[in-house]
Amino acid sequence: MNKKLLYQALFIIAIMLFFLFGIFGIPKGLSGEALLTALTDHIHLGLDLKGGTHLILQVKVNDAVNVDAQNAIQVMKEQLRNHKIDYADISQPDPQNPDHIVLSGIQAGARSDLISIVQDRLPEYDITGGGGTSWNMSMKPSALNDLKNRAVTQAIETIRNRIDALGVSEPTIQEHGLGQYQILVQLPGVDDSQRVKDIMQNTAMLEIKQVLGGPYPSEQAAMQEKGGVVPIDQMLLQGNTLGGRSEGEQWYFVSRSSAISGKDLRHASPTTDQNGQPDVNFQLTGEGGQRFFSFTSAHVKDSLGVVLDGKVREVATIDEPIRDQVEIRGHMDAQSAKDLAMILNSGALPASIEYREERTVGPSLGADSIRSGVRAAVVGMVAVLIFMLIYYRGAGVNADVALIMNLIILLGFLGWSTMAGVNVALTLPGIAGVILTVGMGVDSNVLIFERIREELRNGKTPPSAVDQGFSHAWITIVDTHVTTIVSAAILFIFGTGPVKGFATTLTFGLLANLFTAVFVSRVIFEWVLSRKQRGEALSI
Amino acid sequence: MEFFHNVNIDFLGKKWYFLAFSLIFSVAGVFSMLFWHHIPWGLDFRGGTLVKVKFAHKPDVPAVHSALDRAGLHNPKIQPYDLAQYNKVLIDLDVRETNEQALDQGKQKIIQALEGNVPAGKQCGAANPVACDLNNASFLTVKNYLMDKDPLHLGTDANARYTAQTQAIMNYRDNTLGGVLNSFDQLKTAPGVDPGVSGIIPDGFFLSDFHVDDVEIVGPQVGSQLRTQAALATLYSLLGMLVYLGFRFEWIYGIAAVITVFHDTLITVGAFSLTNTEISLTVIAALLTLIGYSNNDTIVVFDRIRENIKLMRREKLSEIVNRSINQTLSRTILTAGLTFLTVLALFLFGGEVLRGFSLALVIGILIGTYSSIAIAAPILVAYQDWRIEKGKRPVAMPGKAR
Repeated sequence: MNKKLLYQALFIIAIMLFFLFGIFGIPKGLSGEALLTALTDHIHLGLDLKGGTHLILQVKVNDAVNVDAQNAIQVMKEQLRNHKIDYADISQPDPQNPDHIVLSGIQAGARSDLISIVQDRLPEYDITGGGGTSWNMSMKPSALNDLKNRAVTQAIETIRNRIDALGVSEPTIQEHGLGQYQILVQLPGVDDSQRVKDIMQNTAMLEIKQVLGGPYPSEQAAMQEKGGVVPIDQMLLQGNTLGGRSEGEQWYFVSRSSAISGKDLRHASPTTDQNGQPDVNFQLTGEGGQRFFSFTSAHVKDSLGVVLDGKVREVATIDEPIRDQVEIRGHMDAQSAKDLAMILNSGALPASIEYREERTVGPSLGADSIRSGVRAAVVGMVAVLIFMLIYYRGAGVNADVALIMNLIILLGFLGWSTMAGVNVALTLPGIAGVILTVGMGVDSNVLIFERIREELRNGKTPPSAVDQGFSHAWITIVDTHVTTIVSAAILFIFGTGPVKGFATTLTFGLLANLFTAVFVSRVIFEWVLSRKQRGEALSI
Repeated sequence: MEFFHNVNIDFLGKKWYFLAFSLIFSVAGVFSMLFWHHIPWGLDFRGGTLVKVKFAHKPDVPAVHSALDRAGLHNPKIQPYDLAQYNKVLIDLDVRETNEQALDQGKQKIIQALEGNVPAGKQCGAANPVACDLNNASFLTVKNYLMDKDPLHLGTDANARYTAQTQAIMNYRDNTLGGVLNSFDQLKTAPGVDPGVSGIIPDGFFLSDFHVDDVEIVGPQVGSQLRTQAALATLYSLLGMLVYLGFRFEWIYGIAAVITVFHDTLITVGAFSLTNTEISLTVIAALLTLIGYSNNDTIVVFDRIRENIKLMRREKLSEIVNRSINQTLSRTILTAGLTFLTVLALFLFGGEVLRGFSLALVIGILIGTYSSIAIAAPILVAYQDWRIEKGKRPVAMPGKAR
């Protein structure tokens, strides 16, 4: 065998070992079980094969905008007071665009003051005169965009924290779609979608407010007490005891401003109270504790309400000033207490979320799918392998070797991608992609072999026929592979999970095929030719 | 062994037969799409709730219907799924049960309805008594129950041991039994499950007669998003093809290829409509792959035509095209045959989930191969003849071949 052939053969063996390593790593042994373990470690299965939960969430970014706008309104009110500017009302007339704020009843001559207030204190806002005594404020488009995107990024972080606490291996949490403020969450192996959604959904906005009236058995009864109008510094909230077992409705008047809010929370933990019932204990930060101390000192004998997500969870009387620890008691089971503590700990969601899509694949379905997919792959591949041997005889061996190498390289690509940290998984359509690659891969061989046969028929010698066969077929092979890879790329961009898996295996398979059909095949032919005598026929 | 020794079939001569064949199938398909089954969009595109349920025994579909009806779910589509021996049923709620404010309420109602009367007194630690159905309990529910009751009186490695025990129970239920336990006694024979554990499970859990295998809920907004994406992806694919082929050959080749691919897609989607098979996301993937495959096939013929044009300068284009097709016939039939073999294996053995996908490929490969010969080649020649008739210089001749 000449040198060039030797080097080429060694190169091919090196590539094969490289990809075999990608598939198996360094297995602990050569038994079937050890190899299988190594395989499953390196090749990650998609959700449709492993089982798990897939969710698409919509972040209601307008919530975050609203919070910012509310804040801006407070600042504006304060500033107007300071500048001694009278006004009738500040409102948000458009719920779809909460950043539109309308100030009405502004006295004349306040223009320069208003503009300087906005420029100094609320630089993300623009203010324009709305004619007469009203003025319109709205967020600058770039600031608005920023705010919305930040809301999504923060939501992703918070959700990630909460999911991490669940101990899921390899969760996927990322932005989904283009510019639609959606998040994709994929949790392999998680079969309880309800619990996941409960944990993610809670905005867990914690506030402690002073309770000024109640409990009332209904909203109307409460309103009646106040003559039908809620006082301006109060809110009317419904009570909702944890665990869902409330006896009838309970409505309370609470102060609008909070004694403490979520950011004063240092740590929450599930414990049991003196009766052994589960409850949640939370510790306040230094600064929060200070503020709470002064508040409770000034309000001994008054009632405090713990408000979670806008519902009053518990009302207690202040016996003595509290500095740094609060307990929420009442009708939770151990699981809810744990979950609540976890939610409190992982920060608040900046906006509420809605679900757009939910898929849960049970592990039994996944196992079924793997079985069917592998079975089809084996049947298809064996059929092709046998046919090539019968139809092309000696050259058929060539094609079969190429095919098997294709498979190794394809799986190796998957293994290496996983090792490199890129998120590619083998899905059921992905297995179908493998099967398809077998079919399309053999096309290259057929192209070349048919051409070689034609050249032999035209009287060329075997070496010349092989040469002609490869050079003519090369252009066509490149053309067909490029167009299919482009199709696969489009599928990858526009597709979701399982389809992405399909596009991935298809692309890897085609790349593998380019290598084996053109290079490896050629080397094998050259080697066969080098061992033939002059004039001996080629087995094809 | 060789199939196609020295073939010389006049393919172009038969173009009217081909045209008739294509027309019949195209029209039938379009007719079905417009008036009969319309386009059978799958869940991914129309939105809705799909729940796959496996029963312990042969499912009583009318009973399921009435149970769902009592729960307020009218007009669900219930049909058997997969092979009869698996006792699986597909429950399909339409998009109206799937509003975005409570995306999974349809699924919840189905589960509640199928659970029926929940035996009292089962305390597995979950707030919701329905969750104590061992056939549908989640991993965490079972594990937390075991950690609470601690039947094996474990100390520090309780977490690891009970995780392993729960895993063993789940594996047995899902992988060995297919998801449904018939009685608690079966746990005693489950590998890896300690008798202390299998003894205490019945106190906290009950067994229903079904297991929810798979849930897919797609909100209406996502449905329309995906429809748009699928359409865009197909459009970009076709455009990409047109540009690439126009670049590698002449632009008429590109147009001929696009028309061919469009014909293939139309007939395949028509077939889906005629057989009322659902078009899911993976089916769209198959269609795009089909476009790639048909394109490949067409390119092979075009490449040969281009080569022969250089060699056979004196002959008419129709002669050249015929010769090219005959020369590549061996390769075309072989590749089509082999790819068809693999795709047929998928269709027959690939399981229920891939059924639509493999159907698209089975039809697509046959049509894709046929169209390169029957549609693409004649278009080239027809265009050429039209140009000659008009007195213009023939276009599909050598020159820009790269």
